[in-house]
Amino acid sequence: MSAPDRSGNTTIGAALPRTNALRLLSGRGQYVDDLNPPRCLHAAVLRSPYAHARIASLDVAAAAIAPGVVRVLTGRDVAAMCDPYVGVLKHVPGMQSAAQLPLAVDRACWQGEPVALVAATTRAEAEDALALIEIEWEELPVVTDAETALHPDTPVIHPELGGNLCFERVVTEGDVAAAFAQAAHVVEAEFITSRHTAATLEPRTILADFNAADGQLTVWHSTQVPYMMQWIIARHFRLAETQVRVIAPDVGGGFGMKIHIYGDEMAAVAASLLLGRPVKFVADRLESFVGDFHARGHRVRARMALSKDGDILGVEADDLYGIGPYSGYPRGSANEGLQVSNLVCAAYRRGAYRAVSRAVFQNKAMYGQYRAVGHPVACLVSEGLMDLAAAKLGIDPAEFRRRHYLSPESYPLKLAGGPVLEKLSQHEALETLLQMMDYAGLRTEQKKLRTQGIHRGIGLASFVENSNPSAATYGQGGVSIASQDSCTLKLTATGGVVAASSITECGQGGYAVIQQVVAAVCGVPFAQVKVVIGDTETTPVGGGVWGSRGTGICGEAALQAGKALKANILAFVARLQESEASLYDIRDGQVIRAQSGEEVMTLEAVARTAYFRTDQVPKDFQPELTVTRSYAQKTYNGAYTNGIQASYVEVDTETGFIKLLGHWVVDDCGTVINPLLVDEQIRGACVQGIGAALFEQCVYSPEGQLMNGSLMDYLVPMAGEMPDIEVGHTCTPTATSELGAKGAGEAGTAGASAAVLNATNDALGPFGGVVSEIPVTPERILRALGRLS
Amino acid sequence: MNTPKPATELDVAFTVNGERVERRVPVRQNLADFLRDTLGLTGTHVGCEHGVCGACTLRCNGVIVRACLMLAVQADGADIVTIEGAATGNYDGAIVADLQREFHQRNALQCGFCTPAMLLTAAELVAARPQASREEIRAHLSGNYCRCTGYQSIVDAVESVCRSRSGT
Amino acid sequence: MKAPAFSYLRPENISQAIDFIDIYGDEARWLAGGQSLLAALNMRLAAPSVLIDINGLSELAGISVNAGKLIIGALTRHREIEHSPLVAQHASLLALAMPHVAHAAVRNRGTFGGSIAFADPAAELPACCIALDAEFVIVGRGGERRVRARHFFTGLYETALQTGEILVAAEIPCARDKGRAAFRELARRHGDYAIAGLAVQAAVEGDVLRDVNIAFFGVDSKPVLAEHAASVLEQGAATPARIEQAQHQLAQDLAPQDDVHYSGAMRMQLARVLLARAIGDLVNLETKSAAR
Repeated sequence: MSAPDRSGNTTIGAALPRTNALRLLSGRGQYVDDLNPPRCLHAAVLRSPYAHARIASLDVAAAAIAPGVVRVLTGRDVAAMCDPYVGVLKHVPGMQSAAQLPLAVDRACWQGEPVALVAATTRAEAEDALALIEIEWEELPVVTDAETALHPDTPVIHPELGGNLCFERVVTEGDVAAAFAQAAHVVEAEFITSRHTAATLEPRTILADFNAADGQLTVWHSTQVPYMMQWIIARHFRLAETQVRVIAPDVGGGFGMKIHIYGDEMAAVAASLLLGRPVKFVADRLESFVGDFHARGHRVRARMALSKDGDILGVEADDLYGIGPYSGYPRGSANEGLQVSNLVCAAYRRGAYRAVSRAVFQNKAMYGQYRAVGHPVACLVSEGLMDLAAAKLGIDPAEFRRRHYLSPESYPLKLAGGPVLEKLSQHEALETLLQMMDYAGLRTEQKKLRTQGIHRGIGLASFVENSNPSAATYGQGGVSIASQDSCTLKLTATGGVVAASSITECGQGGYAVIQQVVAAVCGVPFAQVKVVIGDTETTPVGGGVWGSRGTGICGEAALQAGKALKANILAFVARLQESEASLYDIRDGQVIRAQSGEEVMTLEAVARTAYFRTDQVPKDFQPELTVTRSYAQKTYNGAYTNGIQASYVEVDTETGFIKLLGHWVVDDCGTVINPLLVDEQIRGACVQGIGAALFEQCVYSPEGQLMNGSLMDYLVPMAGEMPDIEVGHTCTPTATSELGAKGAGEAGTAGASAAVLNATNDALGPFGGVVSEIPVTPERILRALGRLS
Repeated sequence: MNTPKPATELDVAFTVNGERVERRVPVRQNLADFLRDTLGLTGTHVGCEHGVCGACTLRCNGVIVRACLMLAVQADGADIVTIEGAATGNYDGAIVADLQREFHQRNALQCGFCTPAMLLTAAELVAARPQASREEIRAHLSGNYCRCTGYQSIVDAVESVCRSRSGT
Repeated sequence: MKAPAFSYLRPENISQAIDFIDIYGDEARWLAGGQSLLAALNMRLAAPSVLIDINGLSELAGISVNAGKLIIGALTRHREIEHSPLVAQHASLLALAMPHVAHAAVRNRGTFGGSIAFADPAAELPACCIALDAEFVIVGRGGERRVRARHFFTGLYETALQTGEILVAAEIPCARDKGRAAFRELARRHGDYAIAGLAVQAAVEGDVLRDVNIAFFGVDSKPVLAEHAASVLEQGAATPARIEQAQHQLAQDLAPQDDVHYSGAMRMQLARVLLARAIGDLVNLETKSAAR
């Protein structure tokens, strides 16, 4: 396809400040907790203190009459009005999970599982009343260690499932046994990634308001996916979708954590339905740690077979991860494992391949998609193996990668497991990166400083990344989540354009993307494009933002809508001028003659004629100045893209402390709509990956208690420790759309952890220690150095 | 011994963004909740309620404090500035306005939840030490959690305002 | 996560504050800067029935010098100590430590006395006070008494303060000519409580140390005075060999236990490294090679 017609406009690719950032800068944003409608009740939730326990008795009588309390809901109350849910993907063979309800009825399966909800006139009173709920628990045996979850003598969490296995997937290509049999060298390691949590600064928040008079339920929700929520709430509370309106106002960060169904939120909806008045629930920080979906937490045993000449003969990976007691709803908790088994060493000619991924149930917090789903794990394993192999062969890690990247002629390339790599730019990305960071110079510096007892390391991490997912991700699995998106454009009476898009916004810049694409394609000044998002009542149907799909899919729908509106405008003008539409164009809000640039009429004049002076419109012509276009990426499972990162660190070998000295990224997201947005989003994603590499870890006791569930103890990356991150690009537009944009939001997270771990191990090289577990804490480094007994 | 009865509610009077406020306040309510729920000044955000995330940072009697770690009754007699009034306030409104402009130009925010507090925190540094190095800027901002940006654009924006004000 | 119900008193002077605490005893808590207490209340980790807010007691705030002693009122904010010329001149150890205490917004409100009375084992100021050989001035119904910092911290969040008493000030001997300070800590992130840290005050002449006070924090349930290590360092020039000997002696002084975050062995390793580096700071020695 050809590049989009931008009519000489330059808003696609322009570093324009975001229009919708101004109110956030002035403290005039509107997050869900900022809304306080009349008669609003505030909910607090009682949670299980145990990882696995039976509710022997539950008495809410004292709580129900406590000051300010209007209603106490138990698991049974909610069960009577909400259909249970099971989070499985039907296209993942053998995947199973148990039925789940918003509030535990007889049994709680993780510490923090919601058990009862109190609705009161203030949050403080609701919390006071929680202490008056009398509940008797009988502790049950817990399953916490994923490694032993499948042992025959381990208790089974859901007996009806016959075991603790959620699913197992095996991906094979070629003869792996033969590859290892004939290998001259084998490198192997056990890679461990910690469980971590999204820790959005704005916690999950919901405000449900059921108006019994007209049967309408309005839900203001801090969510990435209003349409998914509308479907779920209607389906499970047995309402018509036309009764449910979901509004996502300003959302204070999502990162995939706000695309799941949460029992506390569903219980708040139930309370509003019962009481016929607004009920607000805000997850406080402590309950966020045990209530939000966690992610990662993989153990991958992996090895690579190499020939005498250093060719990769085969790769084998065995991935095991614990997903909490239920597969998450509605998206399932499979995707991390699916991506790990797809993508280990996918950037390279990896030879024979066998990857096994197993997800097991355990009594820990719920688990699911979080930024870069599975990619950081696959990247950690792949790039760890590549560095081990390069070291074994005595080849520079950059050169070793250069030798093994998929060759540029091999695209499109179908990987075992399903993904198709449309076209990657790995060689170009590598060379760009090496130049940006002055790789040779840093190697010289590293060598020199080593003689002075200063130990620095350089780590590289290439990554392959899914984006613009098709229906293969959810729809084919029987999950009702849109894989298409739409944009409705209307020309206003004064010649501006209002764009209603199914994109949503958690700060990534969805608003700006639609605004810039529409301005460019329609020829309307940027400032005269207003975007409407985040409301099922005012925007067309679509999937929202997750899986690096917003710009690529919603942006393409906007582009097609813009083309259609422009075509309709020009057809109308041509008819008024008794001429041909092809002779006209639109620039800066003016219809012009394409050849001469001569102004014909303003868009305001076009709109006024169409709307107010229909007497001047030919009888047989109806101008259509409101148009909708939709788009779904149907060519591949996803528009896979690529990039590479580098990290430069200094390790204090006495204390095990790591100082980050520099970080570089080259990313290929195809067409860049706004470099300001892309670059800082990549940096933020890198910082999340660096957080995983150095700091973040949900520490559980053997009894299934989260030991560090506060922001004091769960360490998130702060400004003081983060390096400056230089971002570069290669640009390989996807041919699956006219816009050509691919995902950018997850790239940073996909590769950063691996780059930091590799850099750390590079620094430790002279000492012979290797760390293959993140976070790389000072203690783990000192142990690798043999400094701790 | 003349002992006042311990109070569960108290009358307080203070100024917020230059406006006089008089209210009866439950003593257990913290300043952030009072500003948000009672006065409707929702630009002060609540992110952790244990003093770590920094999202509720505002200015009390000229210095930045955590509004979740201060009772509303403790603001009695104080001069409070929140983001809603910071850019036009008496202290360093011009600094806040400069920071807002630089944050906007450099996209030093995404979801915006940390932004009001980040601006007020940065303003204190710009006012006190406009010659601050990049590393000092990072250290000063290290009590304000941002999950979206990589902090770099924020540091860039603050550095830019510092440089323009220190004339270097 | 809202604080549980409590009632609130605002005394007008110390005498009235003592009256109040006499009435409510253990049910009451002093509210100073509130940077730890209010967080604990929000998390419902504490539930006092009365808060006695002493922020209005201006006689508790301020920094002065009297009779060779630096006097820091309990209600003095961290920020004031951080920027005080008197502190920089007479107790530079505190000035070195202060930037490590939390973050600017917390230092603006948090108080010196609050930090001392809260007695977090990983906090900087208690260790500094021990190294400076401070005395704490305590007032109660029975009058005034003084407790040396090294005897004040009695256990995890426990101090010599009795119910009914209030900490009013610290008195710190002004540093003499040769007095020098070193402060180091290792925290994962800027402003975090340290995994391990130490405060050192000594008389330094060339590479000879005398009157060495070394107080560690973050390595036990309370700050610890490393007397064995200090006595080794007082025996002669701070050579690499002597520093190494002092590092070995730390085994006599410290016994860090494993906890959810770090092993005792890890904290011990860091303590040894910090000791060498801090002594290096004092005598400007390149000590890296001596460290283990």
